Amino acid sequence: MTETATNATSARRQLMDLGFQVLALLVLCVALVSLGALIADIWSDGGSRLSWNFLTGFPSRRAENAGVWHALTGSVFVILVTAVLAVPVGVAAAIYLEEYGGRSVAARIIEMNITNLAAVPSIIYGLLGLGLFVRMLAMGRSVLAGASTLALLVLPVIILSTREALRAVPPSIREGSYALGATKWQTVWYQVLPVALPGILTGTILALSRAIGETAPLITIGALTFVAFAPDSIWSPFTVLPIQIFNWVSRPQAEFQVNAAAAILVLLALLLTMNAAAIWLRDRYQKKLG
Amino acid sequence: MSNSPRVPSLAGVAARAPQPAVVDRPAKIEAERLNFYYGGTRALQDISVRIQPNVVTAFIGPSGCGKSTFLRTLNRMNDIIPLTRAEGRVLIDGTDIYGPGIDVVALRQRVGMVFQKSNPFPKSIFDNVAYGLRVNGMAGSRSELEDRVEQSLQHAALWEEVKDRLHDSALAMSGGQQQRLCIARALAVRPDILLMDEPASALDPIATQRIEELIYNLKHTYTIVIVTHNMQQAARVSDYTAFFWLGRLVEYDRTDKIFTNPGEKLTEDYVTGRFG
Repeated sequence: MTETATNATSARRQLMDLGFQVLALLVLCVALVSLGALIADIWSDGGSRLSWNFLTGFPSRRAENAGVWHALTGSVFVILVTAVLAVPVGVAAAIYLEEYGGRSVAARIIEMNITNLAAVPSIIYGLLGLGLFVRMLAMGRSVLAGASTLALLVLPVIILSTREALRAVPPSIREGSYALGATKWQTVWYQVLPVALPGILTGTILALSRAIGETAPLITIGALTFVAFAPDSIWSPFTVLPIQIFNWVSRPQAEFQVNAAAAILVLLALLLTMNAAAIWLRDRYQKKLG
Repeated sequence: MSNSPRVPSLAGVAARAPQPAVVDRPAKIEAERLNFYYGGTRALQDISVRIQPNVVTAFIGPSGCGKSTFLRTLNRMNDIIPLTRAEGRVLIDGTDIYGPGIDVVALRQRVGMVFQKSNPFPKSIFDNVAYGLRVNGMAGSRSELEDRVEQSLQHAALWEEVKDRLHDSALAMSGGQQQRLCIARALAVRPDILLMDEPASALDPIATQRIEELIYNLKHTYTIVIVTHNMQQAARVSDYTAFFWLGRLVEYDRTDKIFTNPGEKLTEDYVTGRFG
């Protein structure tokens, strides 16, 4: 009697288990299929337009002559300057908050504000960049102004992901270091940071991947202008791939729509390269430590 | 200074006269009415004890009795836990380590520590031992560094096992080897005191035996304080034993006396396994 009851319960539980597994698989399929459809659609629109001439070409009034070299170099240049500006500051801020800040009320208020800043819409950062960098600091519509704006945008994300990485370092490693007479700085520099490095790198590259796709803040600071040359210094005017795509999509001619689709493929390739680099770096350092 | 240790009075437990054996030499470590707080909780109550140089002193007691907390006050390791506070004095060679102007970093170089769970750094065997020497600026040249790493590994009875793979990851070693590596690492910076917090609790009997032999050999050079859950281990390795209960030091005496003829009923109940 009891045995039958147990068997019935067990069968029901296993059915529930299977049901949930199927449900999860379906949800995953919905996400993957819509992403696949999107990429296939763009590929069928713009795949034929992809060529060496398209990559190395400059903007033109004639769609078949137009290329993305100025926007591609602009994107890479802006993101490199953004990384140079944001990574040292973000990592240093996270080290301070996590290792030195303690658990005071002030530290908790700062932490809460950083979490909120990470959720602020990017166009707000664009307005800040326009007021602060373009006008007040008179940087004009330069690579430096754009990169500074994007640096502010990704800073909270870098701080948060670095703190997570630092928090994941086992306390026993810190204790072991302190017990040998190491100072706080030596403990952080020689023990904590190397262990946290893969996590910091992954978080940073993902934050920069987000920044490379940003359009709104750069349009706000005035990057949506006709730029016919690749930027050659941090003071050059610039454009980036998302803005070039926006520009082409808003034209009435069908040929420019094809160009936009091809430029989207270039941007996707750039993003995938960065994410692959993140995974490669993480695996490399984890192997070294293991 | 009075030579008699202040034995805390405990409800139902009478203070005893000190045993001469406990006090006949100047103490290496001396706690005077030490109280310790985690936030509002008092974890140690009026601990007073005199620990002799070049002997092994064991701290025993049930979980949560304060023995590990007391051990960690001796190199101020508790300082890194937020909201903790110590009151009273801890003298090492006559100097109060909680006094003003004490360099905690220098203190921890003199008072080494080995933890319950072995915690090798995720680096090579060589770099684990060299780390303390490097951060303290104790090795002038590469050859001096190599000599001292070898010496430390030999003192920890690990050299023969690892001399051909010094640059392999320390995490690839067995649990017992990792713990001996942590001992070698602590010895490298030449402390005078070695604190061990249940160093063998996660090890198998053979690895435990090797650690115990090591402790026996090291006590000629170092003053060793060991926290242990295992009463047989305390009886085997230590010369003096302190029994802690609910944050108080109940009894402190020669190990043979604690285990054969304890002065307190509570100690007797604990060492005979009636509770804890």
